[in-house]
Amino acid sequence: MRDIAVPVVVLVALAAAPWLGFGGSYETTLMARVMILGMAAVSLAFLVGGAGLVSLGHAAALGIGAYAVAILDAHGITDAARVLPAAIGAAAIFSLVTGAIAIRTSGVHFIMITLAFGQMAFFTASSLAAYGGDDGYTMYSRTELAGTRLLENRLAFHYICLAALALTWAVCAMLLASRFGRVLRAARENAQRVEAVGLAPYPFRLVGYTLAGAMGGLAGFLLANATEFVSPATLSWQRSGELLFMVILGGAGRLWGAILGALVFVLLETWLAQQMQHWKLVFGPLLVLSVIFLRGGLAGLVARRG
Amino acid sequence: MAEPLLRLDGLRKHFGRLAVTDGVTLDVLPGEIHAIIGPNGAGKTTLIHEITGIVAPDDGRIVFAGADITRLSLPARARAGLARSFQITSIVGGFSVLENVALAVQARSGSSFRFAFPAAREGALNAAAMEALDQVGLADRAALPAGTLSHGEKRALELAIALATRPRLLLLDEPLAGAGPQETDRLVALLTRLRAAYTILLVEHDMQAVFALADRISVLVYGRIIATGTVAAIRANAAVRAAYLGEDDT
Repeated sequence: MRDIAVPVVVLVALAAAPWLGFGGSYETTLMARVMILGMAAVSLAFLVGGAGLVSLGHAAALGIGAYAVAILDAHGITDAARVLPAAIGAAAIFSLVTGAIAIRTSGVHFIMITLAFGQMAFFTASSLAAYGGDDGYTMYSRTELAGTRLLENRLAFHYICLAALALTWAVCAMLLASRFGRVLRAARENAQRVEAVGLAPYPFRLVGYTLAGAMGGLAGFLLANATEFVSPATLSWQRSGELLFMVILGGAGRLWGAILGALVFVLLETWLAQQMQHWKLVFGPLLVLSVIFLRGGLAGLVARRG
Repeated sequence: MAEPLLRLDGLRKHFGRLAVTDGVTLDVLPGEIHAIIGPNGAGKTTLIHEITGIVAPDDGRIVFAGADITRLSLPARARAGLARSFQITSIVGGFSVLENVALAVQARSGSSFRFAFPAAREGALNAAAMEALDQVGLADRAALPAGTLSHGEKRALELAIALATRPRLLLLDEPLAGAGPQETDRLVALLTRLRAAYTILLVEHDMQAVFALADRISVLVYGRIIATGTVAAIRANAAVRAAYLGEDDT
C-alpha cells in the first residue's frame, strides 16, 4: 500500500502547492526543477533498483532530449507534435545503440562504459558550434502545443511537469510489475537462474535501458522548456552523478524514493546555496552522512516509520 | 533398446594440457535415472557445464531428443526441455517462493515481453507454480521470501523451479550437497516420487542415495567413463572399486 500512498501524497502536495502560496515564479521554477530531475531520477531508479543496471551516463538521455528541443528551435521547429517525439526518440536511439554495447558488460565495467558514452555525448554537445558550443544555446521560445503557447503559462507548465512525473512513475511501476519487469528483477539478483529457466536477460535489459532513455528524453524536453536554455552541462557526468545520488538518497529499492531524493536534493542544494558562499563544503558531507545513516534511503526511513 | 533422450558423443574438453573431459560417450534413456559418480576432480562439474551449455566442449556432440544442441546457449537448451539444478543453490532470494516458480512457468508459457499486466496477478502462472510447489511439498511456503527458506527447502524449491519448466530431462547437480540427514531423507523420497514422471541425470556424491535411486550408473574418472551399468554391476566392478578405494596404482 505504502508504495502507492507515499508517492500519491507527494504528487498531490505538488499539485496543491501553487494554491498554498507557492505559486510565484520562483517557487514554480524550483518545483519544475524538482519534478523534471525527479522524472529523470525515477527512470534511473527503474534501471538501478529494478534492472540492476547502474548507469553513470543517464544525464546523456536527459541532455539529448533537451538538445533535440534546442536544435529544432534553431531551425524554427517548435511544434510539440514534432519536437516531443524527436526528443524522446533521439534519447531512446542513443540508449539503444550505446546500451547494445554497454549491457554486454556488468558491474564496474558497465558503470565505466556508460560514463564513457555519456562523456562522448557531452563533448559532442560542446563541439556543436552552431548551437552555442560550450556556452550553450538560448531558445527563441518554448515549444508550442497544438499551436498555442500553453507551455509559457506558469501554472499550465507546472501541471504538465507534474503529469509527466506521475506518468513516468506509473509507467516504471507498471513495467516492473509486469512479466517483463519480473525478468529484469530476477536477472538483477541471479542472471544464471533466469537463463536456466530459458530466458536470456540481454534483450530484456536492452529494452529496459532504451525505455529509461526515452523517459530521460521526456525529462530533457521539459528541462529545455523550463529554462529555455541548454548547455553541455546538462549532459555532464556530474549531472549523471547527481541523478544517481538522488536515487541512492531516496532509496534505490523503491521507485518513488527517487522522487523524494530529487525533492530533498534540489531543495537542500538551493537552500544551502542561499545560506553561504561555500555551501558545497556542507552539502558534500551531508550527502555522505545520509548514505551512511539512511540505509534504504529516505524511502526506507518513511517505510519504517509508517 | 529405446532411442536415448540425451546422447553425449565423444565429448572432449581441455583446460591447457589437462583433459578434463576425455572422450565421454554416454546415453540417458527415456524414463531412467542415470547417475554419474566419480571421485573428486573426475570432471563431473565440467561435464555438467558442457551438457547445460555453460562450457563449450572442444570436440564431440551433444544430442538431445534427436537434435544436436552442442552449440546452443544455456537459455536455448532450457527451452528445449533441459532443466537443471545447481550444485550451489541458485534461486532468487528476494522473490517470494511462488514468484521464483512463476518465473519458470512464465518462461515457457507465452512471451515474457509483456509490459502492462501485473505478472503477480496472472492466475494461470500462479496456479501452475503452486502445482509445482505442491509436487515438492512447499505449497505452504509459497508466500515466504525465498531467501528465508532452510537449506533443504531451497533445494526443494530449485527442484520445483526445474519442474515448472516442464522439462524432458532433469539434470540434478548434487541435489543433496550440504543437506543434513533428515533433509537428505526427505529429498531422496521426493526424487523417488519424481522418478515415475521424469528422466533424470543425477550427479551425486552420496553413494547411498545414488544406489537407492539410480537405474544405471556411469563412473567418471579423470575425464573418462570407466564403466556404465546397473547398480549391482557397478558395485561389483573391479575397476570402479580400484578408482574409489585406490587398490590400483593407475
